[in-house]
Amino acid sequence: MSKVIESLLYADSHEWVKVEGEIATIGISDYAQHALGDIVYVDMPEVGDEVTAGEDFGAVESVKAASDLYSPVSGEVVEINEELEDTPESINADAYGAWIMKVKMSDPSELEKLLNAEAYAKLCENE
Amino acid sequence: MEDQIQKTCLHDRHVALGALMSPFAGFDMPIQYAGITEEHNAVRQHVGVFDVSHMGEVRVTGPDACKFVNHIFVNDVTGAPDGQIFYGMMCYENGGTVDDLLVYKVNDEEYFLVINASNIEKDVKWILSNAEGFNVKIEDQSEYYGEVAVQGPEAEAAVEKLLGLDVKDIAFYNFKTFDVDGEEIIVSRTGYTGEDGFEIYGSHDFTRKVWDKLMDGGVQPCGLGCRDTLRFEVGLPLYGDELAADITPIEASLSMFVKLDKPEFIGKEALAKQKAEGVTRRIVGLELEGNAIPRHGYPVEINGEQIGEITTGYRSISTGKSVAMAMINKPYDKLGTEVEVRIRKKTFPAKVVKKRFYDKNYKK
Repeated sequence: MSKVIESLLYADSHEWVKVEGEIATIGISDYAQHALGDIVYVDMPEVGDEVTAGEDFGAVESVKAASDLYSPVSGEVVEINEELEDTPESINADAYGAWIMKVKMSDPSELEKLLNAEAYAKLCENE
Repeated sequence: MEDQIQKTCLHDRHVALGALMSPFAGFDMPIQYAGITEEHNAVRQHVGVFDVSHMGEVRVTGPDACKFVNHIFVNDVTGAPDGQIFYGMMCYENGGTVDDLLVYKVNDEEYFLVINASNIEKDVKWILSNAEGFNVKIEDQSEYYGEVAVQGPEAEAAVEKLLGLDVKDIAFYNFKTFDVDGEEIIVSRTGYTGEDGFEIYGSHDFTRKVWDKLMDGGVQPCGLGCRDTLRFEVGLPLYGDELAADITPIEASLSMFVKLDKPEFIGKEALAKQKAEGVTRRIVGLELEGNAIPRHGYPVEINGEQIGEITTGYRSISTGKSVAMAMINKPYDKLGTEVEVRIRKKTFPAKVVKKRFYDKNYKK
């Protein structure tokens, strides 16, 4: 039902990661946006913040509830998607296009702990 | 309890419609069908229907029915015309709230009480335990009744046209009974959305027929998600948020429903004292600067010191503003007081406002 993209990596907390060199672009999966419902606010970190793999870096809020975001990798936030401040609903429309932050990774080996598309799709099926 | 979860008589309809289902008050209930925003707007602009069959119904009959209802209820049903409905609370001796409820006056010897689903067992016990010495019969009819709420500016037209019930003469907070195929059903002009609308009570069979007719007529099915956003926007309390065993109706800013001039009722002494001496805290509205969303339980602070907490908060769907109801210590409850709401790691400026974020559109 929900979409996964072959070329991305996934955390079991439903964030996706696109790796380009030392930069990891991070968003939430189609499964996550669907489970949350109408997204009305994204609490994003600031550029320059340090994030740690497995720890929260912000939240996505639907009408009903706030859901913490967990960073799949450690490093420094180098860019946030400022468009989400005005159009958070773009995550509902295109979860893989509406990225949340870009992180300059401090430990790319952390990527090895993430799931590939097939493993992530299986995880969603079982939830 | 998980394995004993109850289903309303419309459960199969919700599943067939693809609703997002979730446990609420012991029932597997629809949270949303099309989405909270779309359903919310349908009720504000047109009409929507809610399955509220999980609500509890208790019938009180007998020569002392009026006296007994006045004993357990903070509002005053004395001398009311038949067919009138009262909103109010049942309180403990210490003034804390057992539940908030609607009382339908059938006649001087018969009253119909509608209580929150989450409190059915507790309320029925409470009502029975206080009935000693009163000549009344108390029946928990929660399992018999199904209930739907048809809400929105087009509710009257939907009920008249799709259900064939003549309801246009029912005044706000009044009800009528109808005979439908030999069954007595109850229709009241009440709701929990701030819009005009009706609540319809009948057997499970009847409730399923009503639901199906409304679906065939194109009425938007609405889940508990938007039920909460709608009631919140017009400042209506939810038991568990703005009312609780340790929150009195006075603290909940609902004194207008507490009739201290009645000869007696449970909790009167404590509530009268609180009213006379003044409360130490009360429920107010808050409006936040910016887009962050306050949620139940988030601290409200002044200069880093907690002076209250959020009871319900949302980005208002109708106005787009981040607003909340909050329990705030005196003297910070005054309109215009500047406070801060702690949301995760940051604080956001907010100010105390009236707890009505959207104007009601009742048909009086």
